Order: sequence, then structure tokens, then C-alpha cells
Amino acid sequence: MKLKLFSIIFFLSINFCFAANQIVDENKIYKNLRCLVCQGQSVADSNSDFAQTLKMVVKDLIGQEKTEEEIYHFLSEKYGDWILYKPKFNLENFFLWFFPYFVLITGGFIIVFLIKKRSKKV
Amino acid sequence: MQNTIKFFIILLLVFILGVFFISLNKSSNYDTKYLLGNKLTNFQLKSFYDNKVFINNDFKENNFTLINFWASWCAPCRVEHPVLIKLSKEKNLKILGINFKDKKANASKFLETLGNPYDFLAKDELGKQSIIFGIYGIPESILINKDFTIIRKYIGPLNNKDFNEIKGIIN
Amino acid sequence: MLSNIGNLLLFLNIFFSCLIINYSFNCLKISDNIIFKKIFQIGLLQCTAILICFFTLVSAFLVSDFSLITVYQNSHSLKPIFYKISGTWGNHEGSLLLWVIILTFFSFLFLIFNKKHPKDFRLYTLIIQNFLILGFLFFIIFNSNPFSKIDPIPNEGLGLNPILQDPALAIHPPLLYVGFVGSSIYFSAAMASLITNYSNKFFAISIKSWVLISWAFQTLGILIGSIWAYYELGWGGFWFWDPVENASLLPWFAMTALMHSLLVLEKRNLLYFWTIILCLLTFILSVTGTFLVRSGILNSVHTFANDPSRGIFILIFLSLMILTSIYFLFKKYKPINAEINSNSRETFILINNWFMMFYLLTVLLGTLYPIFTDVLTNYKISVGPPFYNAVIIPIVIIFLIFMAIGPQTKWIKNKFSNLKLSFFILCGAIFLNFVIINLFRSYSIISNLVIISSLFLIMSSFFDIFKKPLINFPRIISHISFGFLIFFIGLNHNFSEEKDFNLKLGETIQIDNYNFVFQDLELFQQVNYKAVVGKISVSDTKTKEKRMLNPEIRIYDNPQTLTYEASIQTNFFRDYYLTMSNIDRSEYYNIKFQKKPLMIWIWISVIMLSFGGLLSLFRNAKHN
Repeated sequence: MKLKLFSIIFFLSINFCFAANQIVDENKIYKNLRCLVCQGQSVADSNSDFAQTLKMVVKDLIGQEKTEEEIYHFLSEKYGDWILYKPKFNLENFFLWFFPYFVLITGGFIIVFLIKKRSKKV
Repeated sequence: MQNTIKFFIILLLVFILGVFFISLNKSSNYDTKYLLGNKLTNFQLKSFYDNKVFINNDFKENNFTLINFWASWCAPCRVEHPVLIKLSKEKNLKILGINFKDKKANASKFLETLGNPYDFLAKDELGKQSIIFGIYGIPESILINKDFTIIRKYIGPLNNKDFNEIKGIIN
Repeated sequence: MLSNIGNLLLFLNIFFSCLIINYSFNCLKISDNIIFKKIFQIGLLQCTAILICFFTLVSAFLVSDFSLITVYQNSHSLKPIFYKISGTWGNHEGSLLLWVIILTFFSFLFLIFNKKHPKDFRLYTLIIQNFLILGFLFFIIFNSNPFSKIDPIPNEGLGLNPILQDPALAIHPPLLYVGFVGSSIYFSAAMASLITNYSNKFFAISIKSWVLISWAFQTLGILIGSIWAYYELGWGGFWFWDPVENASLLPWFAMTALMHSLLVLEKRNLLYFWTIILCLLTFILSVTGTFLVRSGILNSVHTFANDPSRGIFILIFLSLMILTSIYFLFKKYKPINAEINSNSRETFILINNWFMMFYLLTVLLGTLYPIFTDVLTNYKISVGPPFYNAVIIPIVIIFLIFMAIGPQTKWIKNKFSNLKLSFFILCGAIFLNFVIINLFRSYSIISNLVIISSLFLIMSSFFDIFKKPLINFPRIISHISFGFLIFFIGLNHNFSEEKDFNLKLGETIQIDNYNFVFQDLELFQQVNYKAVVGKISVSDTKTKEKRMLNPEIRIYDNPQTLTYEASIQTNFFRDYYLTMSNIDRSEYYNIKFQKKPLMIWIWISVIMLSFGGLLSLFRNAKHN
């Protein structure tokens, strides 16, 4: 039973790792690209001419075996980082990526500290 | 200790409210106008007239090149056309026109009636080239220098102010 | 004519508010515990006046009185009556009137429903609430007056944006406003509590119902907004982490945290200052959200007409609110030393608040960050769904587990007695997860964990139903529904199929196991728009299911707008979702097709979640 369970988990994780490396998912890329014409929509959601053209180019780039990162780099060079819905991890965005975890960890410490201070000494 | 925390909280709030205040007077609409200084990557453009292909090397000799995306179906392109005609008389500047998602007959007719300001004329039938140049609307123009660095971007039709600015840069 | 009546009533309301504030201060000077009768009377008058004022605007919309700028800009004489009425609050000016209605009614109802509480607490709540009312009335009169006139009077209005002409969007703002404008009453109560030192569990009792009402309505309002976005905006998504959506979610997090910490204050007389902070925070976030949405400093897909002068006003109002609340909070703050055990219900509620704060601050940061980088460094970025998904989803897993264990614990001092049961439930959840994988297909590790933890929550809460005595049924409903919500979102996310392709009339295309035929294109003339309706048959070669979908492209007359109507076929197992859009200068149409499993269950879960809140409200009303 245990063995079966483990083999399933093992198989799953293998599957997961390979899936992540092999295929570049075009829909995932479209969803991460912000449409410049319609401002508030992703390329996947937009009906604009610009979005249609951008989709064609992304498809071409995938065809040229570019990775997801390379495609993002290519487009952000042309249109600025604004086009990416997932901000790059760089100096300017450090706080954005770091602060939520800081809140999480600090919050945990505050609760532990509070309870330690307040709980009845046995 | 407590006072420091209080002081810090107030400072933070004032800071946030201050940023809100400044941002009120900033436009929230995004454009790529200030995305300057990048070098154009290698490109290949099909000529409008024949099977010739333009590559970077064809523009190496130009001191300045203005890359102009246009189409005969685009009304603002008609508006900016006289400015392009005026610019075509500048010696230091070559103009590369890229005809965007257009029918050849319509585009030729457009140039016949309004004049042809382009030193080089290429076509972009599917629109894919526009992405390589970082274009997202028609008309849009990019001014590059000898080493293909983007010095100015003009989103929307060129006007006389832009004409004077370009003239100032190239001379 | 209507304009004069409206303006008169607005000024009358200002007068009433001033009167109430004045009498309340007078009444405070007298040391008995009786509130002047005339305060109640003026309160009633105030409610009547603002209601009539609102109906004046409604009737201006009904008779299409284009001498009012608001009516001219947002209505059209040929619009269906229903949308003429809903157009009243479908715009900035009219919706502010709705704000004031809710502020006024809540202030009056709070006064009459809290007879058991001391006079000074009730009166200070009334005074502060009336200051809020005054603030918004001034805003309406000096900046966003729905009764402003236009000269010369136009013959015809500009019309309401067609994507806003929708039943869901007609009820969405009122629901949402009861939610986040309703939170004003516990903002006022919290301030009053600080001023009058009314800091025990009775304070918690006085605001509990109001928190529950606003929470339930906020939940429903968010739901209706999502449903609308799902079928109207043609994304096939229902949550986009757009600034406007975030603005409604932020107060929701604060309310949820507040709802839980109130329990601690009520039962154990603990966490008083924290509860106060949450009360203040909820309404401050609501106003912040309004500021972000209405001032136009963020650009969003949801169309709101923007104007910086509005922004200035709301910003000043917001700053005053924050600074006053901070002042009283700092003045009255004193550390309390009460006992909390690490293993107790209190601790678990603190854990809930901890996670809520994490979600709140993450979403707040993500929403504001682009403004900050732009102002401070001129660097423009976007923060969108991939960011929130990456940061929030992994943390949801831990949260759900705590959420399952928390309610099992006892107040003050707890001993885990059914660890065995929990362990079995966890095994059951893991087993079910693998059944799902085996029956359908596998998904990522994170998704596995999300689904396991949501199943764990559902089953743990489910076992609570059989516990004797049955305590807190509403809580069980809400917790189960939340588990189901995450569970269905998880499945929906993992098993959604999406095809994006171009097709022209008469063409057939086979993608994976789907076969699409573009059979026909018809033109219909409707009352206020032309519709191009496509007939696209979709057949699934695997299941032999065949469906005809009819997406539309609509061309509205007033104002001239193009909209894309999705064709959606819903049943209990899946939604078929298809949109069609024309490609300029081409005979091809761009088709987006999605098969979204169990979509309807996401809506049902949220309805149940909110229902739990309402149930709890009735129980609470019965107890007190």
C-alpha cells in the first residue's frame, strides 16, 4: 500500500518536472502579456488587432524554440517591462516580491511572541 | 520604543498619501514614448516594390533614419503625410516607410495622390514586423541614428512640433 | 425643476446632519441616559430626505430630463426602462448618492437598534457617522453634483455604455455598497468606543450584526461582479486581479479578519485594540479603494469615467480620516496583559487574522506598487494575475489546514482529542485527490496540495455537523463553502481547456478532440443595437457531444460601441464558453473556445458562503 502510494507520488513529481520543461504553453504566455492598446486586458483576453498580431509573433518565437524567458525578454525590450503581468525580479521590484513573505514571517513571530509572553507559566 | 513606532507609522502614512497626491497629476495611460536608447536588433524587411530584402546594412550609411509605419486605410496617416514630405527634403535624414497590413494597389494610389516621401519603402503584410520594431498603433515613427540607437519615438501622427524637433536633432 | 428639488434636498440633508451633531453634543452634556427624542425625529427626517433626493434623480432618469448633465451623459430616451433606472447608480454622481443613503440609513438604524448600550457611545457613533455623511454631501455638492444643469438643454442623451446595460450590473453596486459603505458604521462605532472608553465585550456585541451584514453583502457583491465579468467581458475568467476588483477584495479581507477577532473580544474580552484597528481599517480601505478607482490613477479594464479633481477631494477626506483615527488610537492605546494559551481557540483566530493580513497586504502592495515605482523611479510595471497566483496560492494551502483545525479547538485551553479523526480525514483527502487524478489527468504539485487541503477542510467541517451538541451551524456552512470554493476553483483551473484560433465562414477545423464548424452568420436588428450572430457547432469526438454555440458581435447605436457577447452553455458538469471577434481587414474571425468544468459550482459555493454569514446574522439577532 505504502509502496504504491510512494510510486504514485514519485511518478507524479516526475511528470510535473518534465511537463514544466518540455512544452512552452502559448496560452500561459498570452496571459502574462498586457495588451498595450486596451491597457487593462491581457493579450489572451483582448480582441484588438495588436493582440492578434502579438499572438502570431509569439507563436513564431515558440516555433524558433525560444524559451518563455527569452520571449519575455524580447518583448520587454521592445515595449518596456509594463507589458509583463508578472514583474521581473530585479532591484526595483525587490520589495514587491519580498514584502509579502516578510509580512508572513513577521506575523508568525508576533503571534509566537505574544503567546509566549501571555501564556500562564506552568 | 513606542514613540518610535508611532513616529514611523505616521511617516509611512504621510509617505503613502504623498505618493497618491503626486500620482494624481500623472497620466496613468501607458505608452512607449520614453522607451529610448535601445538598439534595434537585426531585421529583414521585404521591399514594397519587388523581392528585394532590406537588412540593417542598407541603412548603415545614413546619419539618421526615420522609420515610419503607415497604411492607406489609416486616417491619421493622411494627416501626418505633409510633415513626412517636408522631412524628405532634409539631407541628413533618410525615411524608411513600412506599409502595414495594406493592399498594394491602395497603398500605391495613396502615394500617387499624396506624394512619396520615402527613400526606402518596405511592406509588412501580416503585421509581424511591427512587433519587432515595438510598434503598437498606426501611425508610429521611430528616429534612429547611425548605430541604430532609438533616439525618439512618435506615437500617433507627426505634427509640426515633431518636425521642428527632428530638424533640431539631425542638424 | 428636478434639479432644484434635488439641490434643495441635498442642502436640507446638510442641515439635518449639522442639527443632529449639534443636538447630540447638547445631549451629551446632560448626565442621564436618555437620548433626546428630537434626535430620533431628525434622523428619520434625514433618511426620508435623502431617499426622496435619490428618487428625484431616479425620476429624472425615468423621464429623461436632459437638463441634468448626469442624465445627459449616462442615459438615452430609447433605453429600456429597467436600464434607465439602474443607470441612476451606474455612474459616479448617482452612485455617490447611493453612498450617502447607506451612510444615513446605517447611522439611523444603528441608533435605534442599540438601545442597551450607553448613551455616550451611541451618540458619539452618531456624531462621527454624521461627519462622514457631511463629508460626502460636500463632495457631492461641490464636485460631483448629480443635479448640475446643462445649458442649452440637449435633445438627446449620450447613452449608457452598453456593457453596463446588464441585470447583474444593475444590482452589483447596491450590494457592494451595503458591504463596504456599511463598514462605515463600525468605523464610527470604533471611534466612539475609543473616545468613550467603551472597550469591553459589549462593544463587540453592538457591532457584530453590522459586520455580518456588510460581510455577507460584500461577498455577494463581489460574486455578482465576477459573474458579470465572466459572461460580459469575454475573458472566460472570473477574477482578473484588476485594481477595481482588488479594491473590493481588500475590505473583504479586513471584514473577514474582523468577524473572527470579534468572537475573541465577545467571548474572552481580548484583542480589543486589534479589533478596533480592524474596524477602522475596513472603512479606510473602502475609501482608499474608492479613491483608486474614481481618481483614475490606476488604469483598469472596468470603465469608470475619471477626473483628478475628484481624486483630490477623496484624498483629503481619506487623509483626514486616517489621521483622526490614528490620533485617537495612539492617544488611547495601552497595552493589556491578558492570558492567551498557545493551544486555544484564541490562538487559531489570531492565526486566521495573521493570514488575512498577509492576503490583504499582498493584494494592497500589488495594487499600489506600480504607482510607487512610477512616482519614485519613473519605472512603469504591471502587476497582474501571475504575481498574485505565485505569491498567494501556496499560502492558501497552509491557511486551509489551519481553517480546518481551528474550529475544533476550545476557548482558553484546548486539548486535541480527535487527532486520530483528523489524520483519517487527511488520508481520505489525499486518497480522493488521487482518485481525481486517476479519473481525469494529473496536475502540478501545488494544485495537488491545494485540492488535498480544501478536501481536508470540507470533510473536517462536515464531521462537525454530527457533533453533539450542534454548535455554530452557520460557521460550518461558511467554512464548508469556502473549502468547496477553493476546491472547485482548483479543479476548474486544472481541467479547463482553451482553444484560440481563426476561422472563416464555412470552414471546419479540428483541434485535438474538438471539431468546430463555422456554419452561418446572421444579422439581426434589435431595439438599440445590431447583432451579428455566428453559428458555430462544436463536437467533442471523445464524448460524441455536439453543441451549437451562438456568439454575437453587437453594434450599439447610442453610444456607438462594439461589444462581443460570449455564448455560454452551462450545466452542472461544465460550461462551454465561446467568443467570436472580427479581425480588421480580413474575412477571418478570431474564435476563443473554452471548456470550463464545474464552473457553476464556484458561484454556488460563494452564495453558500454568504448565506452562512446571513444565517449567523439571524442567530445573532435572536440571541440579543
